[in-house]
Amino acid sequence: MDLKQIKDYIYWLYFQYLLVTCIYVLEPWERSVFHTITITVVAMVVYTAYVFVPIHVRLAFGFFSQVFGSQTENTL
Amino acid sequence: MKRSAEKVGWQPRANGCSLPAHGCDRKNGYVRGFPGPESHSQIHHIAHNGGLYKRPFNETFEETPMLVAVLTYVGYGVLTLFGYLRDFLRQWKIEKCHNATERDEQKDFVPLYQDFENFYTRNLYMRIRDSWNRPICSVPGAKVDMLERVSHDYNWTFKYTGNIIKDVINMGSYNYLGFAENTDACKKAVAEVLSQYGCGVCSTRQEMGNLDKHEELESLVARFLGVESVLAYGMGFATNSMNIPALVGKGCLILSDELNHASLVLGARLSGATIRIFKHNNMQSLEKLLKDAIVYGQPRTHRPWKKILIIVEGIYSMEGSIVRLPEVIALKKKYKSYLYMDEAHSIGALGPSGRGVVEYFGLNPEDVDIMMGTFSKSFGAAGGYVGGKKELIDYLRVYSHSTVYATSFSPPVLQQIIASMKCIMGEDGTTFGKFRIQQLAENTRYFRRQLKKMGFIIYGNEDSPVVPLMLYMPAKIGAFGREMLKRHVGVVVVGFPATPIIESRARICLSASHSREILDTALKKIDEVGNLLLLKYSRHRVLPLLDRPFDETTYEETDD
Repeated sequence: MDLKQIKDYIYWLYFQYLLVTCIYVLEPWERSVFHTITITVVAMVVYTAYVFVPIHVRLAFGFFSQVFGSQTENTL
Repeated sequence: MKRSAEKVGWQPRANGCSLPAHGCDRKNGYVRGFPGPESHSQIHHIAHNGGLYKRPFNETFEETPMLVAVLTYVGYGVLTLFGYLRDFLRQWKIEKCHNATERDEQKDFVPLYQDFENFYTRNLYMRIRDSWNRPICSVPGAKVDMLERVSHDYNWTFKYTGNIIKDVINMGSYNYLGFAENTDACKKAVAEVLSQYGCGVCSTRQEMGNLDKHEELESLVARFLGVESVLAYGMGFATNSMNIPALVGKGCLILSDELNHASLVLGARLSGATIRIFKHNNMQSLEKLLKDAIVYGQPRTHRPWKKILIIVEGIYSMEGSIVRLPEVIALKKKYKSYLYMDEAHSIGALGPSGRGVVEYFGLNPEDVDIMMGTFSKSFGAAGGYVGGKKELIDYLRVYSHSTVYATSFSPPVLQQIIASMKCIMGEDGTTFGKFRIQQLAENTRYFRRQLKKMGFIIYGNEDSPVVPLMLYMPAKIGAFGREMLKRHVGVVVVGFPATPIIESRARICLSASHSREILDTALKKIDEVGNLLLLKYSRHRVLPLLDRPFDETTYEETDD
């Protein structure tokens, strides 16, 4: 019962996605082209984020700790 | 004018149904308004010149939400990209080309199918074409039967399955007073006339085609409108496009509303007069153009214009707005110009006894110089008329192309108009006509209120039986038409080029033949589809366009 509701909701979300991007009116092969492009782009974004974000976070952390660290030294 | 009596008796009701109580004060647009018991809270848009209106004039155009506008453009972007892809495939013969193309011999001529409208038809309209031009196979009354059709090649061709979709609720016909029917007294009268006169006339009015019925119709319409004389034609579109050239010509100026119907635009262009366009229903814009016309005269020579003709419509069929007639008449008088009013949608549908915008505002029909209207909407027939002073109509009788060249009215059609008009006027001894007008006014108020309550964006005046429901996104145009038909409600969806490209809409026309039950069913279905497609955009943020003082920055100069 609950599962069916979730399924319906997901289908509704998918339908909204179809409508907003206008692929609702496209032919099936065009839809698959659009889906392929979207999935590729999203996948690349996620992968890039996975690879680069941790490095950037570590660098930023190092930078800020240095800044605040030097400040505390000065005040002392 | 018995103002005290009015104050007591005046109750603003739907569609001006209280007006006959003070029909005596039809002087002109300058009748001083009186503060009715409820008018203070209701009048929104007339603060800058209060006093001209005798009834609340509530007209709203809600702002397009920013997110919706952006998403709409994104949708058009996706469709355009895929359109280019498909055009590319067609050009390199990778896929079969269904549409018309230039022939090889004409390769070096001016291209015929490469402009934006062709691109739009080929790549955007074609994908949702199944929501348009559906054949129906019964009287277009409150319910209608439709032929079922399918397409196996994505709307390039259609096949009829042979099935009939029965009892689809008809929210699309201009059947305002419900005279499109095959049961009542009108039909009997029409059948009698058909057996007496036959169907065709085979000649024009100026030759052997002037029947006694034509004369009867014209005197009846003149009486109905309260004008001196009327000339009737067999086609509404031609009434506009052929009469404007007879009225104005070179050296004259036409001031035309930006949303005027194609027939008016065509007529104005054919006339050869200079055309200037004012913002939709915007009186500041109109006044500025009038002032400029008087001050500067014709371009270069600076001679005064021979005539200045203001062209407006009664109800604008795409926006559902009602013309600000009292103000237009006041301006017309102030600047001594002429007024041409197209009452195609408003005649029969507005006013306490169905006499159109003039009666709705309680004005004098003589203040409108040329009253034009059609019989194809409220009267369930076909054709159009022009009414006005006797000299004017006699002139048109001789000089208008429609009288000289068009085959005259078919007698059964004439009889349908006569019978329905007599019914509206109560001359058939019944009160059906009165009842229908009341019913339409109530339906209009009820339906608009319910839709607003549900949260849809609805355009136009609260008394206009044309209800534009905004859809915006291109995929939703097709989806709305399909989903509504799936639920047995037939609606008309409208997109570019009939509307601005982002303001696609569904246009619902109410009718006196809709019972409350039918309306409730339709509302329930619209609610359902509205939730499914996320159409309830309304944030109740009214577009301040009409209240904003008009200045130079909002004005776009039109070239001569």
